Amino acid sequence: MPTLWLVCLLLVLAAAGFVMGRARALASAGGDARTLHSLPNYYGFNVALTSLVPALAVLAVWLLAQPIIVDTRVSKLIPADMVPEGSTIGLVMSDVRRVAAGLDLAVDTGLLRAPEAAALSANERDVRSLLGEVGVALGADVRPEVLAAAQRSRELNHAGRLLMTVLVTGLALAGLGWAYVRTNKEFRARNVVERGVLVLLIVAASLAILTTIGIVLSMLFETSNFFRLHDWKDFFFGSTWAPNFRGDSELSILPLLWGTLYISFIALLVSVPIGLFAAIYLSEYAGKATRALAKPLLEILAGIPTIVYGLFALLTVGPTLAKVFGKGGLLGVEWMAGATSVLTAGVVMGIMLIPFVSSLSDDIINAVPQSMRDGSLGLGATRSETVRQVVLPAALPGIVGAILLAASRAIGETMIVVMGAGAIAKFSLNPLDTMTTITTRIVSQLTGDTDFASPETLVAFALGLTLFVLTLGLNVLALYIVRKYREQYE
Amino acid sequence: MNDMSRLERVVETKNIKMECRDCQVYYGETHAIKDVNVDIEEKTVTAFIGPSGCGKSTFLRCLNRMNDTIATARVEGSFRLDGEDIYDRRVDPVQLRAKVGMVFQKPNPFPKSIYDNVAYGPRIHGLARNKAELDEIVEKALRRGALWNEVKDRLDAPGTGLSGGQQQRLCIARAIATEPEVLLMDEPCSALDPIATAQVEELIDELRQNYSVVIVTHSMQQAARVSQKTAFFHLGNLVEFGETGQIFTNPVDPRTESYITGRIG
Ligand SMILES: Nc1ncnc2c1ncn2[C@@H]1O[C@H](COP(=O)(O)OP(=O)(O)OP(=O)(O)O)[C@@H](O)[C@H]1O
Ligand SMILES: [Mg+2]
Repeated sequence: MPTLWLVCLLLVLAAAGFVMGRARALASAGGDARTLHSLPNYYGFNVALTSLVPALAVLAVWLLAQPIIVDTRVSKLIPADMVPEGSTIGLVMSDVRRVAAGLDLAVDTGLLRAPEAAALSANERDVRSLLGEVGVALGADVRPEVLAAAQRSRELNHAGRLLMTVLVTGLALAGLGWAYVRTNKEFRARNVVERGVLVLLIVAASLAILTTIGIVLSMLFETSNFFRLHDWKDFFFGSTWAPNFRGDSELSILPLLWGTLYISFIALLVSVPIGLFAAIYLSEYAGKATRALAKPLLEILAGIPTIVYGLFALLTVGPTLAKVFGKGGLLGVEWMAGATSVLTAGVVMGIMLIPFVSSLSDDIINAVPQSMRDGSLGLGATRSETVRQVVLPAALPGIVGAILLAASRAIGETMIVVMGAGAIAKFSLNPLDTMTTITTRIVSQLTGDTDFASPETLVAFALGLTLFVLTLGLNVLALYIVRKYREQYE
Repeated sequence: MNDMSRLERVVETKNIKMECRDCQVYYGETHAIKDVNVDIEEKTVTAFIGPSGCGKSTFLRCLNRMNDTIATARVEGSFRLDGEDIYDRRVDPVQLRAKVGMVFQKPNPFPKSIYDNVAYGPRIHGLARNKAELDEIVEKALRRGALWNEVKDRLDAPGTGLSGGQQQRLCIARAIATEPEVLLMDEPCSALDPIATAQVEELIDELRQNYSVVIVTHSMQQAARVSQKTAFFHLGNLVEFGETGQIFTNPVDPRTESYITGRIG
């Protein structure tokens, strides 16, 4: 039975449980809902949740665990000498999975009957062409060991799924029965449901945290693989980024970090003054009508996909800059070779960050109590004096937090730098030079033909982790500052 | 009331500092101040009394155009300071507020040091030529605000770290540091203990030698103690305005009498 049907069955059981539990509670009170401990619906929810939640939980865990267990058991069937030189058992296992999937498909389409598929032997039939008929293309002839492993994996999966269906349905029925029996008018269904809701909320919260931890762990794992293949001193302290596939790549993060920070710096140079002034205008000077018009307009900027900004960099800002600073340009200098440069990417990224800075600062400036402004105005200060001497100092920690958040976005931004900054990693102070960033290098190291065993590919994870640590640090600092500032007025 | 004896003081006529005629204030559709006529005399303390929500703060804010900062507020009528219409287009509200200072109902110290709070006004208006003069102004203002002894050792501490009553006295010191000609005080003593209240009242009495003071208060005793003129507001109307002694001993309007004796409020 496919999983979807199983879930539907569970839902139907829960719905039935709801109706039954509610009816039983009402019956036990002789039809008078006022003598019940809780409202009738709580009894229904109690039965439904007791039936549904444990069953769903087991289902989820089972679905996650089964492939792992099957894989480990099947991979034992593959003899060690079958793994070709320079490859891993993982590649062979992916063959096994493809063959197994192909056999499944062949059975589904009626090309093979189930017992035939289980008894198939690689010596008697050309499995490759057979599977080709159902649309599963294999790179080479299927070896007997692989076929056997695939058949074993199908067998195990089949048994596992059957067991799962039985167990989950049984659990749902048991939960339903148990809760149904316990339902009577004294039963504190409301409290039980309350606790159930709490558990659900906690599960949701922990899932969010667990995924974060999961992401970090997987990055850590791949990064440690990388450092086994590549010297960490070169990564952190080297000065050249020159990946090649001859095995003597120089993979240092420093030139990339330099490019990242340089571009982010220019982006902040553009976005912070403009965004901050816009926020000050909107919150302190603009009338209601202007504000109602300008604020959404500004926030539209925030809704533009970054790839569109990338196009803008590529097609408009870059060529314009080249027309000014490039060969035969307006200034008659030749400082810029092409359209891509640190300045191009930085300016466009700055434009992207303006609404981010302005809407955060606007919130923070608005949080400064009106009484503070009144106090200053009441002493005969002008509006700009009030803004400069009272509002901004009061909002400053929050604004610093906003700027740090913007910086962490700039550091993590990819699309604009891919299209606007170029691809050459180097240390240079000239903003009209092309440079590259951590994010763009991650993209380029992972696209195309990749071999997850080479340092040239794995370096992407080390880069990613460094980037993550960097932005995480900035975010934590920013949130700390913002929160500390919030407390001041509460 | 024990203070009634003090009310029989010599009634003298003085120059009119501020003259308000046919004043109306609307907050959107709400008509908060209706047809109010009040004269603020020079070197006089005028008290505004009345039940909560009757419009005392609103009217007070008209006197230095602080209602300009409320988008929904609309002010009509004529307000003259030394004969000059303060709502005239040529008048700069910023300069007006330097002349007509204000202490707000809720203490609102800036998130700056105590010193910088008091020095704020003198700095903006360039009242001090050097640091020594500024120090002097700050010390004098804090002394008059009855706060000097408590804060003289920690002038660099943030003003927001003071107690509620100390904050209010800081705001008073801040307001008088700019030497306004008229000082508007909105319930300046509502957060103060009796000792600090007495000090503030002493300050008000002292300010009266040179300036006009308008004080909003919910304490009848305070109004009787410090003011020479009293205005009684009720539901946005000015019910009665006259000599403090006369208002408290011999009110014309029955509403005034019931309020003073505690029957409406
Ligand atoms: N910013 C505002 N927007 C709308 N209505 C306001 C505003 N400020 C005051 N009001 C209304 O105007 C009326 C007068 O308010 P005001 O603050 O002047 O009263 P008050 O006499 O100072 O009262 P209290 O003694 O409680 O301070 C009240 O009905 C109040 O609801
Ligand atoms: Mg008030």
